[in-house]
Amino acid sequence: MADSVTRTRTDLSSVTQDGVGTSPRRPDGTLKVTGEFAYSSDMWMEDMLWGMTLRSPHPHARIHGIDTTEALKLPGVHAVLTHEDVPGEKLYGLELRDQPVLAFDKVRYKGEAVAVVAADHPETARRALDRITVDYEVLEPVSDGRRAAFDEHCPRVHEEGSLPVHEEYNQKGNLVRYQPVRTGSFADGTPVSRLRAQAGAVVRTEYEVGMQDQAFLGPESGMAVPAEDGGVDLYVATQWLHVDQGQIAPALGLPDEKVRLTLAGVGGAFGAREDLSMQIHACMLALRTGRPVKVVYNREESFVGHVHRHPAKMRFEHGARSDGTLLYATLEIILDGGAYASSTPAVVGVASSLGIGPYEVPNVAVDAYGVYTNNPPCGAMRGFGAVQACFGYESQMDKLAEKLGMHPVELRIKNAMAQGSKIITGQVVDMPLPMAEMLRRARDMPMPPARDELPDPSDLRTLPGGVANTSHGEGVVRGVGYGVGLKNICYSEGFDDYSTARVRMEAIGGEPSVMVHTAAAEVGQGLVTIKGQIARTELGVERVTVHPSDTRVGSAGSSSASRQSYMTGGAVKLACEAVRERVFALARERGLVGAGHSDELLSLTGGKVVSETDGVLASLADLLGSDAVEETREFHHRTTRPLDPLHGQGASHTQFAMCVHRAVVDVDVDLGLVKVVALDAVQDVGKVLHPQQLAGQIQGGATQGLGLALMEEIQVEESVIRNPSFTDYLIPTILDTPPMRIEVLERPDPNAPYGLRGAGEPPTLSSTPAIVAAVRDATGRDLTHAPVRPEDIVGIDV
Amino acid sequence: MADRARLRGPEPVTVELSINHRTRILEIEPRTSLLDALREQLDLTGSKKGCDQGTCGACTVWVDGRRVLACLTLAITCEGREITTIEGFSDGRRMNAMQRSFIKHDAFQCGYCTPGQVMSAVALLDEGHASSDAEIAE
Repeated sequence: MADSVTRTRTDLSSVTQDGVGTSPRRPDGTLKVTGEFAYSSDMWMEDMLWGMTLRSPHPHARIHGIDTTEALKLPGVHAVLTHEDVPGEKLYGLELRDQPVLAFDKVRYKGEAVAVVAADHPETARRALDRITVDYEVLEPVSDGRRAAFDEHCPRVHEEGSLPVHEEYNQKGNLVRYQPVRTGSFADGTPVSRLRAQAGAVVRTEYEVGMQDQAFLGPESGMAVPAEDGGVDLYVATQWLHVDQGQIAPALGLPDEKVRLTLAGVGGAFGAREDLSMQIHACMLALRTGRPVKVVYNREESFVGHVHRHPAKMRFEHGARSDGTLLYATLEIILDGGAYASSTPAVVGVASSLGIGPYEVPNVAVDAYGVYTNNPPCGAMRGFGAVQACFGYESQMDKLAEKLGMHPVELRIKNAMAQGSKIITGQVVDMPLPMAEMLRRARDMPMPPARDELPDPSDLRTLPGGVANTSHGEGVVRGVGYGVGLKNICYSEGFDDYSTARVRMEAIGGEPSVMVHTAAAEVGQGLVTIKGQIARTELGVERVTVHPSDTRVGSAGSSSASRQSYMTGGAVKLACEAVRERVFALARERGLVGAGHSDELLSLTGGKVVSETDGVLASLADLLGSDAVEETREFHHRTTRPLDPLHGQGASHTQFAMCVHRAVVDVDVDLGLVKVVALDAVQDVGKVLHPQQLAGQIQGGATQGLGLALMEEIQVEESVIRNPSFTDYLIPTILDTPPMRIEVLERPDPNAPYGLRGAGEPPTLSSTPAIVAAVRDATGRDLTHAPVRPEDIVGIDV
Repeated sequence: MADRARLRGPEPVTVELSINHRTRILEIEPRTSLLDALREQLDLTGSKKGCDQGTCGACTVWVDGRRVLACLTLAITCEGREITTIEGFSDGRRMNAMQRSFIKHDAFQCGYCTPGQVMSAVALLDEGHASSDAEIAE
């Protein structure tokens, strides 16, 4: 994979092996390929019980009573708990505490947890669930996001006055948050008609983005172990240990220090593990029974056990002058948050502030709404609000280009942002943003061979559908499309998502070694590798061990928003610098450094203290002897500001990142099948930390975007999920995934550690619109819904 | 084999399995899947449960050298056959060339389905279905 990465700048002059910029192997790799790596679902204890969850069969119902008597009589059942057994706070939530630990009074989505059981065998637990009787009064669900946003007669999903108040969110009715943005003449209230009259081309379209599932392979799971001090130890797969702890402890009525979390092996995350799932339930059962309790969701349960990507309904209007210069844009974005808020307010903040993407538009009006419905709750997923908007604005760019007779790349370059541009919130892009160059590079990448240039065009395996293709390719047409996405990196709107690192250096067996300890979640992104690389580069020591992540060290923030290399990488770097300073001071104490020598002339390289002028001064092993040097540091990104609730102004973001995609597709218009032939990317990452892992992030992110473009959609009818399995919810496989060429630019961001830029999300933005644009190019169809459905692309004469 | 299964159960019965060249005696209900038997009875958790309905492949093991999905296979039907799981795949200390290759090429991220992929990839080579990228993909 790394072979396909073209580096445009190299500065790999690091002397210590396996440092920043190289591709050392993952420290957890051997365990993962041998099956020994302990995922959260693999844990086992001698006397453990199995926890299981009773879930609501209705999307909206009043609960008149829960009877657990019969369930408790079943031999092997050790506890049956309902909302009455929640020891502390009965509500939790990431941003707004609005979600019951176990439902009381009402259920607000199908699959909501109502009761939990602990038994000595999973089958016994399942049978116990069948014996719980819940008296429901079924209510009509609120299923339509637009109605929830605008119809004042729409029933309330949450009773008036029952929710925490955030005036800055413009809450009203079922609105979790309404965020407007007004710039240019829209800020003065000028009607759109005046701008429309000045435009040479106007494009107005309604778009829809379906509900996407993160589809991690390892379902929600963990084990809670009661402790002698009355507290509990929880081993769990999550994205942010401390934010879990901050929600679990109040629900258990325990102080934080009595709820200790350790990260268990995580089978993927993509945002779906930001919210709690089984955490509080397992702890309640363990504390009640006095025994370890393991909870593992199955796949169907997992579809209601975590939040999804917000489905979006969007009305976009763009006007451009005849030469292609963008004049105005009005956007209405409705994001269906489902029954509970989760991270909906922050998703609205991203969708509104980045709603028009990386384009210079002088007059913009955005109205972004996050709403409550009785649909499955939605929250974080890779791309977080920027993905939905990106599908809209990139589709608009293509339609405008077509109307104006311009090449889609030409129109984009004409209106491209660059360093120094202002986004619509008034925030200046004060870091490199080589968008025009990236677009040219993407356009100029080699094209895959045309179908008739293939060695054997009749080979079914080259056709959409592969060997399952029944048409032999008579109706296959090719198309090319482009996509650009702008994503914020790290948390936004005034949130201080700091990270903490503890770094310890000592000599073990005569060899200097370093231990790095953070609470950051390794979810597969390769952070454990990066932490080791940074320690090696900063401390000149090759032997680095990464301590398991737990709450015995300060918060690391979440493994989301493409932020961990930046934030936890930054914290490890800071802590290493502090350790290094102490090592230099130690060397001075021992008289190994001359008085005239400043620290700037010293470095740690190859396990030695080295002077730029005098060469090697001491070996670290000798210098440390039996002493250890340990430092803990917090790293904070620069301060950001909330968006003002009236005009959406404010420097709300920490960093911007961008990826450009070019997709080439073959569409079989007889069968409604699409084959992505090539999906090539240009991404600026500021600084490459690990070329091989970076390639995996870009290709993986692009593949998740491919899923949203062509196949991934949770089908929700009347607030009920119709396809909660991998048979009916399709994700891309090796057959769907083309070779992906990658060009990586390294234009350093002066604000970030090593100049790096978060890399995991931007490809997920750009690949979806690029693929849909290519399908549009091939078929001439409008294609306003992502994913494209077979019925959208059949019945075309070619 | 199916006849024999029908004659036993539904209560737990004794099932004798040969797993990674070791004989293991289990007391399980006849409807227990091979995957649940491995993971919950024998502490062989290298085979993963991703979908539990035969679509994801994370539970791939070999029965008499052929790839099977352990979540769709009843443990009782494997009596008298040789079961190989990821745990029995490397010789204890040394990894197989396929595993080394997965590491070298960084061919996984979270790694949850990697044991299944390794089991499948090696069998694919053995079955002679790996002459080109297109053939491997199919």
